Amino acid sequence: MIQAQLEIQLIAAVVAAACALPGVFLVLRKMSMMSDAISHAILPGIVLGFFATSDLASPLLIAGATLTGVLTVALVEMISSTRLIKEDAAIGIVFPALFSVGVILIAQYAGDVHLDIDAVLLGELAFAPFDRLVVGGQDIGPRSLYLMSGVLVVNILFIVIFFKELKVATFDAGLAAALGLMPVLIHYLLMGLVSVTAVGAFDAVGSILVVALMVGPPSAAYLLTDRLSVMLVLSALIGAGSAVAGYWMAHALDASIGGAMATMVGVAFFFTWLLAPDKGYVARQRRRTRQRWTFATKMLTVHLLSHEGLPEAAEECREDHLTHHLRWEPAFATQAVKTAMSDGLVARSGPLLELTPAGRKHAARAVVEI
Amino acid sequence: MDVLIDLFSDYTLRVVALGAAILGMSSGALGAFAVLRRQSLLGDAISHAALPGIALAFLLTGSKAPLVLVLGAAIAGWLGTLLILAVTETSRIKYDSALGMMLSVFFGFGLVLLTFIQKRPDANQAGLDTYLFGQAASLRVSDVITMASIAALALAGVAVFWKEFKVLSFDPDFGRSIGFPIRRLDIGLTTLLVISIVIGLQTVGVVLMSAMIISPAAAARQWTDRLGRMVILSGLFGAVAGVTGAALSSAKANLPTGPTIVVAVSAIVAVSLLLAPNRGMVWSRLRAWRAGRRLRMDAVLMDLFLLATQHDSAEYPHDRRVLDAMSFPRGATTRNLRLLEDRGYVQRIDATRWALTAVGADRARMLAHENPSEWRTA
Repeated sequence: MIQAQLEIQLIAAVVAAACALPGVFLVLRKMSMMSDAISHAILPGIVLGFFATSDLASPLLIAGATLTGVLTVALVEMISSTRLIKEDAAIGIVFPALFSVGVILIAQYAGDVHLDIDAVLLGELAFAPFDRLVVGGQDIGPRSLYLMSGVLVVNILFIVIFFKELKVATFDAGLAAALGLMPVLIHYLLMGLVSVTAVGAFDAVGSILVVALMVGPPSAAYLLTDRLSVMLVLSALIGAGSAVAGYWMAHALDASIGGAMATMVGVAFFFTWLLAPDKGYVARQRRRTRQRWTFATKMLTVHLLSHEGLPEAAEECREDHLTHHLRWEPAFATQAVKTAMSDGLVARSGPLLELTPAGRKHAARAVVEI
Repeated sequence: MDVLIDLFSDYTLRVVALGAAILGMSSGALGAFAVLRRQSLLGDAISHAALPGIALAFLLTGSKAPLVLVLGAAIAGWLGTLLILAVTETSRIKYDSALGMMLSVFFGFGLVLLTFIQKRPDANQAGLDTYLFGQAASLRVSDVITMASIAALALAGVAVFWKEFKVLSFDPDFGRSIGFPIRRLDIGLTTLLVISIVIGLQTVGVVLMSAMIISPAAAARQWTDRLGRMVILSGLFGAVAGVTGAALSSAKANLPTGPTIVVAVSAIVAVSLLLAPNRGMVWSRLRAWRAGRRLRMDAVLMDLFLLATQHDSAEYPHDRRVLDAMSFPRGATTRNLRLLEDRGYVQRIDATRWALTAVGADRARMLAHENPSEWRTA
């Protein structure tokens, strides 16, 4: 592996981790689509800033574009507070409008600036290692690595310092307000953080794929844990892992790195959704099946207990009668009896089904529970 | 002006404008339902999700015929919608997260495929990236005919199931209770939405097509409370924005069609939000201002009435400064007295004193009678 490859992967991983951290709060606050709105709406800010500074990493540009992001959120909230348009529609109106202005600006001045529409959508991660940061004549590494590491550190510091406030404001905004934790201020700080991160990541992965990095890893982590701190760490790890995997996918196909990173985020989420312990699809299905048979054996033992020793037992306590009395399908009845027998709750005596002592106890407990 | 003349004389431009009008009409009409059903951002997800469908359709068939690509787009858009539903129904992932993730992951995968296609030695691939931001100039007559037939199909679907879709949009529970197959209708309407989105992809592009679903409908909503009018108006707004944007971008170099159309439709939204009768922000501000003025005026009227009740006559004059001391906030008394004078409720007796007229006293009694708790008349 040559040094440039290593550097690209490092940048990709840092970008992904930086995006995943504020993304956790977006996902938990049901504001995922705000990342879509912000990452699009910062485009005119970036373009105008680029005209002014002709440097995508200039602090002035980052500050200006971040402001655009926060203003977008304020604009969306202002429009939806008039109640003329619902919030989701307001989001869907505001960001395409701002994004369009940005694209038109780029297209109009395409000849004059080194910023083209492909870069807006894809980012230019592959070129990142060519832009070096030189301090005192010494090459100390790619500039975007330092930029994104800076953003990552800011995100980590913000979350560590305001962890309590963020937590309360996210899960119980009313309580946060009552405790004087200023949920509105936290909300806007968070939006500022999302904007800064989107502006920084824009260079690497483009505007639309930022959404994948902000929403995907936290969603996957959400299926793995119930603890906020664990979710934050997992999100950053899943994001970084997907980024590195994406790099190698792009390398193999000779395709866009940003797009491949987003694809790998999707793949990571898919497998988490499928296989997550407890909250994954397979685990849920298995739990459901288990509950079905637990309930069926309960029904069976209670049924047998209620007719045990009575004259109609010869009629009622037969496997083929279960289809009639409990309205079970024949195959289901057979399987239920088999399960109950393997659990040692029921035994056969000729054509009749009989409760074992354990089965009697089981049925008695089931009756009490119900 | 040149653009206007070209619109009628230039053959290419006429084709482009017609195509843009058709896409605006169908996306506007179907968008009205999406916005009312609070599915605005689903349109965003569907249009982004269409990109890998376009790329895969090209990879599999090697054809760039719009019908083939549109079919791929529709299938991918549909699949994206289904996946969003599947994820939200089978896990605790919320709708917004599923939406954002599907949108960006599908789009990212689409970009991977596009860049993969571009690097292939095959020369036939040029032009696929016009689907990102759209290019009206690439529309040909055959494309417009394809678009028109698909759009006609979608609009006919809306017309045939009008009553059902109306119930589905406003009260699906009621619909279920009277025996409508709500789930199947839901799938049907979503399918029509997918169709109306993919029609526009060649002209507006996958990135911004969602605005053509949401904006015309949100604008139309401001002008009417009736579904029929809203759908027609929304289609009209979409068509106007489409033609304006497409014409401008064909007339001027380096003006991408999709963004230009979106700026046009956003302008329609802004005007509607401000000026639509009843709901428009200008009118509601004006109403609020008038109501406030009336309330402040009535307060001075009632103060004067309250003072007068301590004398024999309701028309007993009082000093303006007394009223000033009673009113809150201070200082606006003179202006309110003038307004009352204009309406004939009070009259000026001398330099500082004012009195109720007979009409003003009647109005004060009426206000006190109508709303005794509001006006303290001892």
